[in-house]
Amino acid sequence: MNNRDVTKSRPGAPVPSGGQGETPMIGAMSNDPPEPPARTLGEAEGAASRRRADLIFRWLATGSGIAVVLSIALIGIFLLIQSVPSLAANKASFLFSAEFLTTDPANLRFGIRDLLAVTVLSSAFALLLAMPVALGIALFLTHYAPAGLRRPLAYVIDVLAAVPSIVYGLWGFLVLGPALVPFAEWLNQSLSWFPLFATGNVSIAGGGTIFTAGIVLAIMILPIITALTRDAFRQTPARHIEGALALGATRWEMIRTTVLPFGRSAYVGASMLGLGRALGETVAVLIILRTSASASGFSLFDGGYTFASKIASAASEFSQPLPTGAYIAAGLVLFVLTFVVNAIGRAIAGEKVRG
Amino acid sequence: MAKRIDIKDVDIYYGKFHAVEGVTVSVPPKNVTAFIGPSGCGKSTVLRTLNRMHEVIPGARVEGQVLLDGEDIYGTNVDPVQVRRTIGMVFQQPNPFPTMSIRDNVVAGLKLAGTRDKKKLDEVAERALRGANLWTEVKDRLNKPGSGLSGGQQQRLCIARAIAVQPDVLLMDEPCSALDPISTLAIEDLIGQLKQDYTIVIVTHNMQQAARVSDQTAFFNLAGVGQPGRLIECNDTEKIFSNPEEKATEDYISGRFG
Repeated sequence: MNNRDVTKSRPGAPVPSGGQGETPMIGAMSNDPPEPPARTLGEAEGAASRRRADLIFRWLATGSGIAVVLSIALIGIFLLIQSVPSLAANKASFLFSAEFLTTDPANLRFGIRDLLAVTVLSSAFALLLAMPVALGIALFLTHYAPAGLRRPLAYVIDVLAAVPSIVYGLWGFLVLGPALVPFAEWLNQSLSWFPLFATGNVSIAGGGTIFTAGIVLAIMILPIITALTRDAFRQTPARHIEGALALGATRWEMIRTTVLPFGRSAYVGASMLGLGRALGETVAVLIILRTSASASGFSLFDGGYTFASKIASAASEFSQPLPTGAYIAAGLVLFVLTFVVNAIGRAIAGEKVRG
Repeated sequence: MAKRIDIKDVDIYYGKFHAVEGVTVSVPPKNVTAFIGPSGCGKSTVLRTLNRMHEVIPGARVEGQVLLDGEDIYGTNVDPVQVRRTIGMVFQQPNPFPTMSIRDNVVAGLKLAGTRDKKKLDEVAERALRGANLWTEVKDRLNKPGSGLSGGQQQRLCIARAIAVQPDVLLMDEPCSALDPISTLAIEDLIGQLKQDYTIVIVTHNMQQAARVSDQTAFFNLAGVGQPGRLIECNDTEKIFSNPEEKATEDYISGRFG
């Protein structure tokens, strides 16, 4: 089919940029006779209105892009401006103090040591639990489950993501926490030499420990890790799968030689996104964790606050700028932390496997 | 090494769809047999039943017998994984494993079978690459990814991977259809060499290729859309292309249809 046919079959076909400039080029390429002048005029009009629409759309798209970047930058700047005066007035070490006393604006003493410890510990524990389970579910859904079961199961996993976090919090506090007590006590008694299982600053019998919160967080981040990993596994090229099977690979060997290498970066990236979510989770953690007067000992049987739950718990008392700024400073640290984790996750998940 | 295959009255189904009907063909050892025929006639499907690869598709099943030196590969206690270890396959699209080096691609089958000895693996890799006429081109970059090779080299890498396990039979499913003429020629030369050691069955769309590489040719056809494919004629390649017994074969090879 030559160029003339194309133009004839689509008489109104607009020419991308400057209708008149395009015509000689087509002619030069196919040695067709030049287009009649009347046609050129019509196309020029169409091109003008198309160019206007193009321009409007382009500005809309660019504007949206800028708005996103701008709002993130503004949030960062807001956090910074609000927290600097409080940080200057802080009489304790911001990074290493376990205190968080903001009742007296003239004597602010606050530090993020325990907030950081509880946040990282609960999220890392959640990730440790969720990663293997998510991998197993994703493999099951893509390669082991009977065809009729795949859809409903995937749906159930997605529903997990739709459960409000307040419900997870209530369930963790009222059901899971008490149910875990015997197991937690056994862990504590038999493995207390290991720092993570040492006796913490809250009672294990109450259930309000990082141990409970981490398990709830693991369930909460399971869907996102599973869904992204499953999607990546499903895209493993069929010719690689067949290549492995034709060599005499069992199903597990086929998965090991083709599916896992293909989906590995997506899996790691998805886990990072899950970690980002766990770090910022507020309500569920606030409900589950008991608070303690003593400092964190970096045990899974500690209680306390994460960044998010600390800020949420004090939100009703934000009246004076200096005490409020202390919480905003904590928020700034969380902001940077999740930002970095998410950026790493995106970078890894976005990496393409050649195939 | 180099066993014979007897396909006896094989029917192939995909779910309720009857894809291939009543095929009986014998493939002698150290011999190249070409399957030709129009698209959808079931020639690739028959090929994929010879190493039980069609089972990868849910709902696919086979009736009849496929005998490898007299042993039915569909016998009740035959493991399809074992069948595929003794009957190698090369696909239409070159499919080296993208995360593996050239060397690791070649010895992938051996590693699956449990060989761990590095010296042995290196020996096998060299022998298989030489056997696939690829050694001189890649010997300096054995640890580079296989996906960096050209299409024709990748296909020879896949042939090396298939012969590294010293299979009894080598199946080729349109191995040249994604390659340029020069690479195609290289593969065809290779097939001529490989038949000294292996029994080869090749599916091809290219009748000239069938005429060039095969000793025996099987022509498949189907009566109409939705009808099962069937074997029309199987004979010496020379006879098929000069003096076929069936009218349909003559029409097809002379280009009157298909």
